[in-house]
Amino acid sequence: MKAFTKLDARMAPLAMANIDTDQIIPKQFLKTVEREGLGKGLFYDFRFDEQGREKPDFVLNRPEYKGAGVLVAGDNFGCGSSREHAPWALLDFGISCVISSSFADIFYNNCFQNGLLPVVLKPEEVQALMEEAKGGNHLVTVDLEAQTVVAPSGAAFSFQIDPQRKAKMLQGLDAIGETLTAAKDIDVYETKRALSEPWLEGA
Amino acid sequence: MSGKTLYDKIWDAHVVAEQDGEAILYIDLHLIHEVTTPQAFAGLRAAGRPVRRPDRTLAVADHNVPTQGQELGVGAVADEEARLQLQTLERNVKDNRIEFFPMGDIRNGIVHVVGPEQGRTQPGMTIVCGDSHTSTHGAFGALAQGIGTSEVEHVLATQTLRQKKSKNLRVTVNGTPGPGVGAKDFALAIVGAIGTAGGTGSVIEYAGEAIAGLSMEGRMTLCNLAIEAGARAGLVAPDQKTFDYMMGRPAAPKGASWEMALAHWKTFQSDPDAVFDREVVLDAADIAPTVTWGTSPEDVIPVTGNVPAPESFATPDKRASAERALDYMGLTAGQPIADAKIDVVFIGSCTNSRIEDLRSAAQVVQHAFLNGRLVAPHVRAMVVPGSGLVKEQAEEEGLDAIFKAGGFDWREPGCSMCLGMNPDRLAPGERCASTSNRNFEGRQGRGGRTHLMSPAMAAAAAIAGHIVDVREFLP
Ligand code: SF4
Repeated sequence: MKAFTKLDARMAPLAMANIDTDQIIPKQFLKTVEREGLGKGLFYDFRFDEQGREKPDFVLNRPEYKGAGVLVAGDNFGCGSSREHAPWALLDFGISCVISSSFADIFYNNCFQNGLLPVVLKPEEVQALMEEAKGGNHLVTVDLEAQTVVAPSGAAFSFQIDPQRKAKMLQGLDAIGETLTAAKDIDVYETKRALSEPWLEGA
Repeated sequence: MSGKTLYDKIWDAHVVAEQDGEAILYIDLHLIHEVTTPQAFAGLRAAGRPVRRPDRTLAVADHNVPTQGQELGVGAVADEEARLQLQTLERNVKDNRIEFFPMGDIRNGIVHVVGPEQGRTQPGMTIVCGDSHTSTHGAFGALAQGIGTSEVEHVLATQTLRQKKSKNLRVTVNGTPGPGVGAKDFALAIVGAIGTAGGTGSVIEYAGEAIAGLSMEGRMTLCNLAIEAGARAGLVAPDQKTFDYMMGRPAAPKGASWEMALAHWKTFQSDPDAVFDREVVLDAADIAPTVTWGTSPEDVIPVTGNVPAPESFATPDKRASAERALDYMGLTAGQPIADAKIDVVFIGSCTNSRIEDLRSAAQVVQHAFLNGRLVAPHVRAMVVPGSGLVKEQAEEEGLDAIFKAGGFDWREPGCSMCLGMNPDRLAPGERCASTSNRNFEGRQGRGGRTHLMSPAMAAAAAIAGHIVDVREFLP
């Protein structure tokens, strides 16, 4: 997993609430056995019409937002199915930070497993960023170390993040490796359970 | 000190260690399927990590299997990518010695139907699966959660999940439901009452006499939709019905082990003095047969109701979403929902494809048939049993004959039109009465319009040709 420290990037405004993972990456792209290349399916139904032609109005198709690294979106982003393809698709597309006033649980967790930073700001702050981004100002700085988002106008918003998650994001640390440092504890636990709930063994 | 909730008890029994304020939670059962695992196995191979407990893992093929011609085998699956995923799963389970019910095996079916059916799902367990409707297994008093593929990889490698504890939310449904009202209506009404984000950060325990009155199938339907209320999981405390359902299942303990297990399972109840972070109380008598009108599971109305106007919503966000939903669904504010003409009926999915679901739908079909009525000529209707064993039992009971006589297609098990990842899907603009769990845009096929409802309601809609109050179709 790639570390996330500080990002200077264009931000694209997606002023919709309840964007679900079906919209982020429609199901026809889930049939891959790889992780790479999912970016082509990102927001597919928003980006392309039935004939597969680009819809010029959609924010990520507009020239001023090309190459955006940050997405600013409405409330409850990432609701719906638990597919991790959603963060993979965002990352593969080049978006490594999503800002919203709230995220769905599973999506939020999945982000941290993959080095995609979900930033929760107050609704009015999200609104302010959205307005700036729509107005053509779209260079933003997301600093994980300092826990701030600096808008193009210079307005700075700070955000809360769990300190452990932050530390792992900063280092790009893989969760399995970390858990396996407690392998002894897992062994002990399994031994105890094998005695107290023997019917579960040899299932 | 106050008592513990059911969730607290399961949680406490599974914490292996704490690291950085996160618990390492032991996982008793890991269910896997073809769609969310290939990248996880690829990750393990790349890192040279073995599967820690193949014996605590069970694999099925369900999401993208076709629901016809399964006896032809995986090689005959037309969709190339689906075939690749199915073959990848076959290889991965073989390499790692994981029990697997392949497509066509009578024990195969939708993962959340198979786990309980095999007795692998047990009270007090922690269960995970890379599918958000894993909450289904909460019906047995197991803490069952949907996880992402990185977490699938983590569980395969460590048999644990790293997690922070959620809050406790109790949803109590008192009273007795009226005729034609059941678990699906409860579930939809609850999502409607608390919203799709209402359960965020929480585990819901369902309680009250109306919940106790539900069958195990009904409880599974209810817990299945906990995730649609934003919750991490749903729970129903185990009781005699739970134990009766489990007894004699292939993986259930036997003899002296059964007695020992039973004593253990019975401890998984919330203490009388347990404190919940939030409580919601509903009365079953207030719940009508319920349908969705929009593109979020919280967009519910009684079947007797009218499609709401966007202006009736409190926030600009919601008003905009409602407008978009009406447009997508091709509905007009104020129209009676029962006017909406149906093109397709889908009875299936891990929400409603168990034997009791099929029985309740078949009852409606049979009653109509005896009154000379069949599936409306313009309607394409299909029934997809949740597993090979459900299919077999339904056929023994003659339900397939009723469905076929009524004009339904009788299919082979799989997720089918729940998610349109296999050949069963809606064409753009088609309107579907569906017993599944999600009515998101494009969920059942691009441009498809989904109305969620109970199996009996979907059966009635098939016959009427439009959404209809099932109470007009009861014997
Ligand atoms: S039926 Fe639908 S919700 Fe259930 S496991 Fe299959 S795809 Fe997931």
